[in-house]
Amino acid sequence: MDNPFVIAGRTFASRLIVGTGKYPSHSVMRQAHEASGADMVTVAVRRVNISDRSRESLLDYIDNTRIFLLPNTAGCYTVDEAVRTAKLGREAGLGDWVKLEVIGDERTLFPDNEALVEATRILVKDGFIVLPYTNDDPIACRKLEEAGASAVMPLGAPIGSGLGIQNANNIAIIREFSKVPVIVDAGVGTASDAALAMELGADGVLMNTAIAGAQEPVQMASAMKHAVLAGRLAYLSGRIPRRMYATASSPVEGMVGR
Amino acid sequence: MLITLNGESYQLDQPLTVSALLARLEIDPRRVAIEHNLEIIRRRTFETAVIKDGDRLEIVNAVGGG
Repeated sequence: MDNPFVIAGRTFASRLIVGTGKYPSHSVMRQAHEASGADMVTVAVRRVNISDRSRESLLDYIDNTRIFLLPNTAGCYTVDEAVRTAKLGREAGLGDWVKLEVIGDERTLFPDNEALVEATRILVKDGFIVLPYTNDDPIACRKLEEAGASAVMPLGAPIGSGLGIQNANNIAIIREFSKVPVIVDAGVGTASDAALAMELGADGVLMNTAIAGAQEPVQMASAMKHAVLAGRLAYLSGRIPRRMYATASSPVEGMVGR
Repeated sequence: MLITLNGESYQLDQPLTVSALLARLEIDPRRVAIEHNLEIIRRRTFETAVIKDGDRLEIVNAVGGG
């Protein structure tokens, strides 16, 4: 029997959190969300397109009676930018939760840990529920937790890279260290990556490109749903230890002709 | 008069309220947040906050992201 997935006192039905970017269309996104079973999705906060008001709003394609919105601060490179973006998201009616990103490098999109901790402290003080996107570094995660983060979200690999979990041992250590939920965020390429994250003990997985960029996003969303469930069940079931040599599954006695 | 709207120059005939500007731009006020000269303005003051010559406005909303 599993415990419910709770972040900051709020219970989620699914341990899979998905994004809303890069889908071929809003309609495919909606179908993928449905197939994923996710009840939390991330959104970005950006300038309204003033010259073209014809485009439909993303929010028309998200069932907010079932799905909880998690605005992010993607693309922010400083504490000030991230705090400003979080506050604008809250003011736009997106709630007081934030997936906090403070990026330190353009090519890798790796987080700036120092700035992340500072921004976490500021936003927590301002009443936000902060879920920081962080390096797969147990010490950084500990500092974020001390700064008041409601979950820690270590990366599996660079955002959008599809490389899978690069440092499985660190994810397992972060799970050991953390009192708050651990959500592996970024780097998932296919279903086995999501399953591995869960087998390592992650409480949840967050992904965008792996689903939105797949050739069949809706089908991949369904694959991810099953992978997260399978990985979680395997984690809870207690896997067998790894051994160097074989141990026979069938009886060694009663062989024919011996 | 000239204001800066989402980083671009934008021409207005005269000072007007934030509500009036949103109506003119056909933007639903319930789904945006607005910074007026770097200060977030509360939704309840959209009706009364007046935009003047040289002001800087940022109007943001939710878009797809991960």
